[in-house]
Amino acid sequence: MTKISLGKGINAGLRAAMENDPKVVVMGEDIGKLGGVFRVTEGLQKDFGEDRVIDTPLAESGIIGTAVGLALRGYRPVCEIQFDGFVFPAYDQIINQVAKMHYRSMGKLRMPVVIRIPFGGGIGAVEHHSESPETLFAHVAGLKVVACGDPVDAYWMIQQAIASDDPVVFFEPKRRYHEKAELDESVPPALPLHKAKVVREGTDATLFCYGPMVKTCLQAAEASLEDGRNLEVVDLRTISPLDLPTIFDSVKKTRRAVVVHEAPYSLGPGSEIAARVTEECFYHLEAPVLRVAGFDTPYPPSRMEEEYLPDLDRVLDGVDRVMEF
Amino acid sequence: MSESVPGIAPEVFAPVEAPVSPPQTSEEVEFVQLLTPEGERREHPEYSFDLDDEAIKGFYRDMTLVRRIDTEATALQRQGELGIWASLLGQEAAQIGSGRALNSKDMVFPTYREHGVAWCQGVDPLKLLGLFRGVDQGSWDPRDNNFHLYTIVIGAQTLHATGYAMGQQRDHAIGDAEQGEATIAYFGDGASSQGDVNEAFIYASVFNAPIVFFCQNNQWAISEPIDRQTRIPLFQRAAGFGFPGVRVDGNDVLATYAVTQQAMKRAREGSGPTLVEAYTYRMGAHTTSDDPTKYRLSEDLEHWKLKDPIERVRAYLTRTAEVGTDFFDEVDAEADTIAARLREGCLSLPDPSLTDFFDHVYVEQTAQLAEQQEQFAAYAASFEGEAH
Repeated sequence: MTKISLGKGINAGLRAAMENDPKVVVMGEDIGKLGGVFRVTEGLQKDFGEDRVIDTPLAESGIIGTAVGLALRGYRPVCEIQFDGFVFPAYDQIINQVAKMHYRSMGKLRMPVVIRIPFGGGIGAVEHHSESPETLFAHVAGLKVVACGDPVDAYWMIQQAIASDDPVVFFEPKRRYHEKAELDESVPPALPLHKAKVVREGTDATLFCYGPMVKTCLQAAEASLEDGRNLEVVDLRTISPLDLPTIFDSVKKTRRAVVVHEAPYSLGPGSEIAARVTEECFYHLEAPVLRVAGFDTPYPPSRMEEEYLPDLDRVLDGVDRVMEF
Repeated sequence: MSESVPGIAPEVFAPVEAPVSPPQTSEEVEFVQLLTPEGERREHPEYSFDLDDEAIKGFYRDMTLVRRIDTEATALQRQGELGIWASLLGQEAAQIGSGRALNSKDMVFPTYREHGVAWCQGVDPLKLLGLFRGVDQGSWDPRDNNFHLYTIVIGAQTLHATGYAMGQQRDHAIGDAEQGEATIAYFGDGASSQGDVNEAFIYASVFNAPIVFFCQNNQWAISEPIDRQTRIPLFQRAAGFGFPGVRVDGNDVLATYAVTQQAMKRAREGSGPTLVEAYTYRMGAHTTSDDPTKYRLSEDLEHWKLKDPIERVRAYLTRTAEVGTDFFDEVDAEADTIAARLREGCLSLPDPSLTDFFDHVYVEQTAQLAEQQEQFAAYAASFEGEAH
């Protein structure tokens, strides 16, 4: 058993996938010799060669577009987009080509492509380096969208995403890359890719979260104990498809829910969860489903990001509001 | 204006002179031509057509049949049987010449007008209609014919083709001009302006991918003329990306065959990409939805009619190869048969069912989608038996 960071967990997961399947290729900008700007692919090119760890030209549509061709040829490309805000030059290829190829071909063609995107704020970066565009992908039929929230999940989820025959947009919480946890690689993964995880059992309300907000929500749950509240925390892990049974079970138990994400408030994942819970758990609810989220502004200059991002206080405020009903 | 910067000569700041001449026409720029519009064979120092007259008869047959398929599809659209059709009229030589230059293991990535290339790859013409009739989005299996599905987003497929070629390279399927594999990507002059096409050029070049970029410059991107896409002949762009470009008479099936064959050999042997610009003309509308009389002169059309790709082969076969009328009559009869089959087949293409299409969104369907599928199926079933 070794202590491993989230970033190293993904690295180890990529390495395991590449060892298990020679068709897995990793591609992106700066991922070879440099090992990626976050060093997530460090050492892979040295061990697997330039044909499998492909340093690409600086062109995102090219990364995804050529990945489509490699997938059609039988490869399983894992593409790294350097930062969330840089994915948009490739958006056409992702939503019009990657997402629709299986449908368009009536099931004859598959796109086992993984698109890794470091996402979210909190690292003091400049514009386009701190965004949470997960809804824009979750709204697209044909894509699956996941976000890892801890190192052990990172290790297993990246391997599960690569093994998936459906295309997966894989969001990595960049400000949690250095968070560490014990990883025992010999213990099989506890959950499949598209299951949510109750990371903290509670009775009074449920905090739904994913990616960087998992840690924040766990801290909020600890802090709430002082107020005599016992919060459940559910790491969604998968945004498309949502693991609705786990969500509903938790709401039926705690009868109150707050969805927490960095993505903008309106029409974010929280909106869908609130709607689903209302449809399915209406008579179980003691309060409306509330959202604590980023604002409906562009991501601000980094000196303001502490105010923009949901933090402990804003999550606790959300809990207060949901408990007041 | 140009202040001196230490270490940099002032002339570095001098502007590069932009070309002031209008874009060149075919008459001004050399292209590879092996059969003149009058049906005379020509020699070229670098390219030669090395097949016999039987092969040329085959090309004539191919071109005549695909023109007939195209005509029939246009008629079907006019009669309301197809929602839209993208005609290849005038581009038969570019498509048949290049399509017949491919080996069985080569892979084709078309746009949405490559009906002639589809024919060469053995795709049933009836299958091309599904997309335009609206019953599917491409029903052929690309793996059966090495002919990928049609791509509607302009130029997107050039990247797919480049990635596929990178796969061929990684599979060590190249290295031999005859036995190796290569990929060919089709696109138009309008697509040459797209970022994806330029990115494809860069990826193909830096990875030395086994690919031929086959641009059918038909002069028009819907209503936008070629001078809205480029100020230099398109094939010259290849030089800027680091690989050869060649312009071929796109209405000359012998030349398009010879040039494509050489470019594909080059790719298969591992020498990297080539851009082929087939200089041709879209005789019809972009699709059945637009009206070319609004944006181009009828004199242009008359001018290009004299360069017809089929007529020149017929002239050659009649005069030089002394092929009798029996052959042409047989081809026409075959065209009639195919057209009749296409018409009948189109009318009997089954209407799709929405419930079936839920199945193809994911390999592993989600619970939410399965629920929607069941709910819709139940809803649809509730109308069964009702009078229409």
